[in-house]
Amino acid sequence: MKELKILLIVIFFALLTYWGVEPFAHSKMHKHVEDNKFSYVDLPPLTKKGDATRGKALVMGAGACVGCHSIKAAGIPAPMDPNTAAASYGVNPPDLSNVGALMDERFLAELIKNPTKALILEHKFDGKTRVFPMPSFMGAGGDKEQEVADMVAYLKKISNKEVSPKEAYVTSCGRCHANRYGKYEQIGFVPKTKSNIKTNQDIDLLKFKEKVADYQGNLAEYMGKLPPDLSIMIRARSEDFMKTFIEDPQSQLKGTAMPRVGLTNEGYEKVMKYLEETGDPSKPARDALGIKVIGFFVIFTILALLWKKSVWRDLH
Amino acid sequence: MAHFTKATSIHDWLNQRLAVDKVEKVLATEYWIPKNINFLWAMGMILAVTFGLLLISGIFLLMYYKPDTKLAFDSVNYTIMSQVGYGWLWRHVHAVAASVVFLIIYIHMFTAIYYGSYKKGREMIWISGMLLFVTFSAEAFSGYMLPWGQMSYWAGMVITNIFSMGSLNLNGLVEWIRGGYVPGDAYLTRFFMLHVVLLPLVIMALIVFHFAALRIPHVNNQDGEEIDFEEESAKYLAGSTRQSKVIRFQFDFLSKDILVLGFFFIFFFYLVFYHFEFAMDPVNFDPANGLKTPTHIYPEWYFLWSYEILRPFPKNPGLIAFGFAQVIFFLLPFLDRSPNAVPAGRRGIFKVWFWLLLINMVALTILGKLPPVGIYTTYGTIAAYFFIGLWIALPIVTKLEKPIGGK
Ligand code: HEC
Ligand code: HEC
Ligand code: HEM
Repeated sequence: MKELKILLIVIFFALLTYWGVEPFAHSKMHKHVEDNKFSYVDLPPLTKKGDATRGKALVMGAGACVGCHSIKAAGIPAPMDPNTAAASYGVNPPDLSNVGALMDERFLAELIKNPTKALILEHKFDGKTRVFPMPSFMGAGGDKEQEVADMVAYLKKISNKEVSPKEAYVTSCGRCHANRYGKYEQIGFVPKTKSNIKTNQDIDLLKFKEKVADYQGNLAEYMGKLPPDLSIMIRARSEDFMKTFIEDPQSQLKGTAMPRVGLTNEGYEKVMKYLEETGDPSKPARDALGIKVIGFFVIFTILALLWKKSVWRDLH
Repeated sequence: MAHFTKATSIHDWLNQRLAVDKVEKVLATEYWIPKNINFLWAMGMILAVTFGLLLISGIFLLMYYKPDTKLAFDSVNYTIMSQVGYGWLWRHVHAVAASVVFLIIYIHMFTAIYYGSYKKGREMIWISGMLLFVTFSAEAFSGYMLPWGQMSYWAGMVITNIFSMGSLNLNGLVEWIRGGYVPGDAYLTRFFMLHVVLLPLVIMALIVFHFAALRIPHVNNQDGEEIDFEEESAKYLAGSTRQSKVIRFQFDFLSKDILVLGFFFIFFFYLVFYHFEFAMDPVNFDPANGLKTPTHIYPEWYFLWSYEILRPFPKNPGLIAFGFAQVIFFLLPFLDRSPNAVPAGRRGIFKVWFWLLLINMVALTILGKLPPVGIYTTYGTIAAYFFIGLWIALPIVTKLEKPIGGK
């Protein structure tokens, strides 16, 4: 079969070129970072078993968490609006309703005791020239390890419901990253507003935009730059990059201001799901339609083969 | 004045006015093709069909695309990809077709080189084909600018910089081409115009020219055999279709073309639905940012070989080498000094030349994407010199070739 031989040669060179310019070249262009499976082994495990009731008292009281954070699940509103918070801290402290479900417990415990270590931001906040806005918990008079474990237990208890991908995004990335295709800005989802019919001006939207601009100004000042919009980040970075970068931003971008956010593997997958919804929403439609189109052309090809045979019967 | 009679049917009516029977004969049923060909001769048809796919999908994209540096990125990545019904399908078809068309063009070109289909009266087919190649390259480049992502911007910057012509420092020319000091709105709108109007028109005209150039020499065949088309077609028409060395374009050749097309479509739509990433560079999903140079800047895969000829040399020699690579393929029919128009497999040392050229170009393509550091720079330089060497050797190698006697 001469034609088959030719076909194999064509396929060989096409695949060789593909391999060279895609998998091989990318493996040489991008730094290889080992995936640590969101294990947080650099942080000590919890030694004490936490008690949620005592934890609640600490979170609301001596821990002072609600002095800065809202906990909607427990009916605690935000002490200040996002803009005021950003003016004081550089960024709006996230709502704590879902952190227990999304974030690893070792990470949470370390975050309470020593936030810059948990967030891997010690290069940026040395505690002297620059102080991290969230304070380290110094203990409420009892066994500090126990108190931390109690607070973690409480955070887990209030977030025992299923967290949606959108909530996961807002809690863990939303204070820094807008997502314009998801109609989300760092201060919240873009509200539905109406323009004045006579002037065709939408004052409420303009007011919202002003707040966004104000927030972003403080955020950029705090971070050194405005964190990028994540609308289609999922197509701009490989899966491998996203995973290892979120596990530890420093591993991919040495010296970056983005913190390790402490997600568990499950929490990470939720965030990715949201990024897929905004950045690659056609995936389900593609998978469903692809099979049909390919099936159509398989039948087309079979019919073409029969037709060709009938035409060529008299030719050789 | 022609004589018209009352028509007996619509067909007859048209026939009297447009000679449809005659046209059909000349263009299709009595357009003779050698019987002795393989599936590689269907590549031309696949190219024509893929161009059709590009045209149709492009028209759909054009309905929503906005040529404005502020709007372009989101009009593609948001509006087309998620707001317009099946917009994602058109975009993926367009992107994959733009990449695959080059794969097929390269197969088509190497087929012509292997079978010597650029000589003995087929020079104009080759030259018109090269004109198509150059215009397609410009079309692909201008299209790549449109989403206004990081790679659009920076590849645009690098490629337009070439026009400063090295030490000649023609910065005014570069600025004139860009319509600004750096790529901006004027730059985007002019490449938009080129991509959707001027270049497609030129391509369509060139395809007609390419087909016209095929008419007199006819297409070649697997053995480089010279066929007497008058005699063989007479045989066919007399009923000895088995003995005749030629077949009709419609439907003998066409039925085979369509079969190959069927296989091609399966492959093509597999890529469109399940493996399109290779055709859409991730870097281009970051919006253009003139203040942030991407770590790696590289063109699409089909330009990599010529990019790699530019890259390893210092500025001026690099440009000369690049210019050489751009024009040298045009000269192939004249650099090949051998009278033999037979498959490379029977041409002795030319056979070696052919495979070396193919391997060299694959190597240049791969090296063109690798970062120019360490050993890759060395390999790149060697491969670039080797490419130039091959073309210098060609006239000598083919001059030495013994004429193959007989037919
Ligand atoms: C003085 C205000 C303040 C107090 C008190 C405070 N935080 Fe925070 N917290 C912040 C700020 C500001 C951030 C965001 C910092 C950043 O992103 O750079 C933050 C971030 C967090 C995060 C998100 C970290 C991540 O991985 O994304 C969690 C969880 C958290 N705080 C929990 C707590 C808990 C639990 C307490 C109580 C023990 C607490 N905070 C007390 C200001 C505060
Ligand atoms: C406290 C603010 C903050 C939070 C929270 C945060 N990021 Fe970032 N992120 C940044 C900053 C700042 C940058 C810019 C980093 C740079 O260029 O050094 C960034 C950059 C990125 C990048 C681009 C990296 C690159 O290659 O340029 C990605 C992807 C990203 N973040 C994803 C996430 C995701 C996903 C989350 C939530 C799970 C998240 N970030 C949470 C501040 C944040
Ligand atoms: C999109 C662009 C092109 C289209 C639509 C096209 C189309 C065709 C078609 C339909 C044929 C006849 C069938 C066949 O042999 O495949 C053909 C033949 C040919 N083409 Fe092209 N072509 C294109 C580009 C090129 C290029 C870039 C070259 C090389 C420089 C080229 C060189 C040739 C040659 C030499 C032949 C004759 C082959 C033979 O005689 O066997 N073509 N082309």
